[in-house]
Amino acid sequence: MISIHDLSRDEIDSLLDAAKKMIPYAEGSKVTHPLEDKIVAMAFFEPSTRTRLSFEAAVHRLGGSCLTIADAGATSMRKGESLYDTIRMLSSYADAIVIRHPNEGSARLAARASDRPVINAGDGAGQHPTQTLLDLATMREAFGTLTGLRVVLLGDLKYGRTVHSLAHALAVFGSEIVLSSPESLRLPEERRDELKHLGARITDQPDLHEAVREADVLYVTRIQKERFGDEGEYRKVAGSYRIDAGVLAHAKSRLIVMHPLPRAGEVAPEVDHTPHAAYFRQAFLAVPVRMALLNAVLGPAKRGG
Amino acid sequence: MRELKITPIKNGTVIDHIGNGMALEVLRIIGVQTLDKDSTVSVAIHVRSGKLGWKDIVKVENMELSPRKVNAIALIAPTATISIIRDYKVREKRTVDLPERIIGILRCPNPNCISNQPEPVESEFEVVERRPVVLTCAFCERRVDDFLRSLA
Repeated sequence: MISIHDLSRDEIDSLLDAAKKMIPYAEGSKVTHPLEDKIVAMAFFEPSTRTRLSFEAAVHRLGGSCLTIADAGATSMRKGESLYDTIRMLSSYADAIVIRHPNEGSARLAARASDRPVINAGDGAGQHPTQTLLDLATMREAFGTLTGLRVVLLGDLKYGRTVHSLAHALAVFGSEIVLSSPESLRLPEERRDELKHLGARITDQPDLHEAVREADVLYVTRIQKERFGDEGEYRKVAGSYRIDAGVLAHAKSRLIVMHPLPRAGEVAPEVDHTPHAAYFRQAFLAVPVRMALLNAVLGPAKRGG
Repeated sequence: MRELKITPIKNGTVIDHIGNGMALEVLRIIGVQTLDKDSTVSVAIHVRSGKLGWKDIVKVENMELSPRKVNAIALIAPTATISIIRDYKVREKRTVDLPERIIGILRCPNPNCISNQPEPVESEFEVVERRPVVLTCAFCERRVDDFLRSLA
C-alpha cells in the first residue's frame, strides 16, 4: 500500500466500507482482536506524532502489538546503514511495516526490501495514501457519496502532498474540484494535466468567498511560512485564506470544513463550535481507516482462514 | 560529393540513423572513455540521409553493445539502427526498441528521490508514453521527459 494510484475505485470503496464497520471498535465500544498474534513495525524516520499515534492506536484496537522506531537518530541509519537494510531487518521481526520517511519513493524501496506488507505513511513530498483515505472517509460519512460533490481545495496547492493525492481520488470518483490558492501556490501544471487526463472537472476560484458559496467541502491546508521570501508577504496571504464565521456566513448549511491538522491559524477556533467543523472527526477517522487497512493486509482474510 | 567519409570497420558495431546532432549523446551512453585503444571510434555528424534528411552515425571497432545500452540508445535515438559487423560483413542488423522499463542509465531528476540516496538499488523508470517518450520514476513517480539531463 504505497500510493493512492495503486488503488482502484472499487478497492477504495471496499476499504471505506470496512473502515465504517471499524468505527465502534475504534471508539472502544466494541472489541475485536483479528491481529492478536501480529506485530506491526512503525518505522518513522521523521517525526510525525499524529500519524504514528493513530497507526499505533489502530494496531492496539485490533489486538496486535507494535515495534516502534520513532526517532531516526536512534537507529543504526545514523551509522550509515541503508534504508534498504534497515527495512530488510525489520521485515524479519514484524508481520507488516508502516513507514514514514523524508525521501520520495522510500516506501516503494521499502516494499522491495521487505517480504512483508508495507504501508506508506508519507514519503517526503510524495504520497500519503492513508491520509487520502481518511479524507475520503470523512466526506463519505458526511454526504453518503464521493460522487458529484463540489470540493474546494484551499491554500498551498503547490507543495501540499495531501492535496495532490486527494485531488486524484476526487477525480476518480467524479467530484468537482475548485482550486483556491494564492498565485504563488497554485497547483502545478503537471498535476492539472494528470487530473484532466482522468476526466476531472476543475475550476480556479482564487476568491475565497466566491469559492465557499456553492461548496460542499472546504478542504483547508496549511500555508507554510518557509514557502515565502519575506514575512510580510506570508502574513498577507495567510490572512486572506483564514476561515472564520464571516467566511462561512454565505456557505451552504451542509458545508463541511476539513483540515489535515495541525492548524496554525488557518481555521479560527470559533468554527469549532459550528456544524461545519469536520476536522476533529477527520482526525478520529484516521483510526478506523488505518484499522481497516491493517486488517486487510494482516487480518484473517489474508491467512487463508 | 562523397557520401561517407568514414572507412569500413572489420569487427564492431555501427549505429546508423541517429537523429541529427545526437551522436555525442550516443557516445556518452556507449561510454567511449572506457574503451581501450583497440577500439577506434568514428563519428559522423550531419550526414545526408534519404530517410531522415540529416542523420548522425557512430562506428565503434571491437565492441558490441549490451542490451542495457541499446535500451538507452532507443530512448534518445528512437530511429537508430544497430549493425553488428564481423569480418567487414553485416552479421546482424536491427532497429532499437524501447522496453517497458529502463533500469540504470538515467538518474531521477528529483534530488530528494530515494533512488538518488546511497541505497543498494538502481534507478528505474516506467515508460508511460511512447510518442513522445515520457517516463515516470518507479520510486517517486516523478515524470521525466527530458532524458538528456537525466543521463547518469
